[in-house]
Amino acid sequence: MSFQDVILILASALRLSTPLLLACLAGLYSERAGVFNIGLEGKMLAAAFAAAVVATLTSSAMLGLLGAIVIGIAFSMIHGFASITQRGNQIVSGVAINTLALGLTAVLGNAWYKEGGRTPPLPASVRFQPIELPFAAEARSIPILGPIYSDLLSGHYGFVYAALAAVPLTAFILQRTRFGLRLRAVGENPAAVDTAGVSVERMRYLALACCGALCGLAGAYMSTAQSASFVTEMTAGKGFIALAALIFAKWRPWGALGACLLFGLLDAVAIRLEGATLPLIGQVPVQAIQSLPYLLTVVLLAGFIGRAVPPKAGGVPYVKERR
Amino acid sequence: MDIRPLGYALAGVILSAASAMAQLKPAVVFDMGGKFDKSFNEGVFNGVERFKKETGIDYAEFEVTNPSQREQALRNFARRGNDPIVAVGFAQEDALKKVAAEFPKTRFTIIDSVVDLPNVQSIVFKEHEGSYLVGVLAALASKTGKVGFIGGMDIPLIRKFACGYAQGVKAAKPNAELFQNMTGTTPAAWRDPVKGGELAKSQIDRGADVIYAAAGGTGIGVLQAAADNGKLGIGVDSNQNHLHPGKVLTSMLKRVDNAAYGAFTGAKNGTWKAGMLNLGLAEDGVGWSLDNDNKALITDDMKKAADQAAADIKSGKVTVHDYMADSKCPI
Repeated sequence: MSFQDVILILASALRLSTPLLLACLAGLYSERAGVFNIGLEGKMLAAAFAAAVVATLTSSAMLGLLGAIVIGIAFSMIHGFASITQRGNQIVSGVAINTLALGLTAVLGNAWYKEGGRTPPLPASVRFQPIELPFAAEARSIPILGPIYSDLLSGHYGFVYAALAAVPLTAFILQRTRFGLRLRAVGENPAAVDTAGVSVERMRYLALACCGALCGLAGAYMSTAQSASFVTEMTAGKGFIALAALIFAKWRPWGALGACLLFGLLDAVAIRLEGATLPLIGQVPVQAIQSLPYLLTVVLLAGFIGRAVPPKAGGVPYVKERR
Repeated sequence: MDIRPLGYALAGVILSAASAMAQLKPAVVFDMGGKFDKSFNEGVFNGVERFKKETGIDYAEFEVTNPSQREQALRNFARRGNDPIVAVGFAQEDALKKVAAEFPKTRFTIIDSVVDLPNVQSIVFKEHEGSYLVGVLAALASKTGKVGFIGGMDIPLIRKFACGYAQGVKAAKPNAELFQNMTGTTPAAWRDPVKGGELAKSQIDRGADVIYAAAGGTGIGVLQAAADNGKLGIGVDSNQNHLHPGKVLTSMLKRVDNAAYGAFTGAKNGTWKAGMLNLGLAEDGVGWSLDNDNKALITDDMKKAADQAAADIKSGKVTVHDYMADSKCPI
């Protein structure tokens, strides 16, 4: 395997981990504020559908993205209404969000476009295009650094860079701003926040809005950048892998980056090694590599690689004056 | 006069007067995806529509939207005396087994799977033969000598596609290199265009310039990625050339329309027989598509080679190995 191969695998890992990273950060906002979010999958799916539909209707990828964010937030608000205002079970309402998104996108897609739930393919002009970083072509001839810059870092969709930028941004917001402090506090000790005169409900809704917007980005990335149409169930479990990554990351932004890149890398390696024969091992068991993310998460949860402690007030609707 | 009775109470079935008056009351149960899925179900729909147009005999139909409806729909049709009843897709196998046993006098036809009952006709396809032909075309169209295959869920049926394709590629260009990827091991692998695109990208990075996708919805992503990168894709099941005109080399066709049409016509003419029908090139059950969208891509030499291969298979001069026969591929 040459150096160029390694670069290509890493680039592939970067592309594969982007939707995971966006969803993982989305989950991070919501869970750090005390709302367990198993509905990431559904929010992404609904957003992907919205992006494709709006882009089809308006012939604008940007408006599609906007639509995806709006729908992502809308689904988050439904989740919030059920689990914050009505104090329903967060997990159950999250599952309901998934089911709702799955059913709604399939039914509406089929009713509007009659292609088995698929939306019409978008022409290139209505899709996001990869961004070439400046001097990418010229830099390619520089040894080592050239390919790293031109083939690994350059030539991705804007979403990839946005997801990467969202990591330090999220870390800054959580650790260095008043909003972040309150958000974390709401997830650890909502009563204290309440005593300080800050509305717990409002904080949780805001966190869910951030979550919905990020899910919107992830959805739009899938349906209007990586592919050119929405396909029923196209999120294919990414929301759940993102949750695994979130646990693996111990609910920290930089950890999320590491976990998602690792999962993306495992996926990319599995793609590349399929059918290949390695010395000593023989035919590579790709399924084994594909199951590693889940295996690692289980191992982590079992307490072998440090401890993953979820936010203390997670999963519990806040009720004033409960004794 | 049109009676459209109370279908909704019994899972939304529509019967029409024409079929009630004629002796033959055929019915068809489409599977998930619906009759306009631009693929498998739509093929069947085209076939039964052709039957309706030619004979004037209307048929009853139902589109399954969740797995539990399959058995219900089949049983409802059988109970109402519909005959023959066509079940579309291997997913209906279990439901059909039950219902066909309950109604031994009703004739059932299942497309794309085998149910071994005295009143069931099972129609399957020699996908390996069709895949062989597109393999020949892929090898001849490739400039790099490297071609790819991307399957959906890793099941024997998809390996059968892959194996036929590989044999065709090697027959046309013995030194061609072939990359093969399966999308996954769960049903989600049929609906993951993002992963499909990434798989295609990975093969393109390694030099592949023609990629055959046998992967359902995942294949949409494969064809997209091939088109985006200026390479060629190959569609499957129905004619997918129109998805990216000029960027889809051809499509491996499963003539499910002929199968469904044949089942209805057979029942009408009294030639319908229970048992297994294995439709290959000789029976016009599989093939490859050539239309306005891809005629610029298929040179005369390529067409000649594919036609020659088809003739050789039909005459028995070339046998394409069926992966499902022994779970092995010679290549």
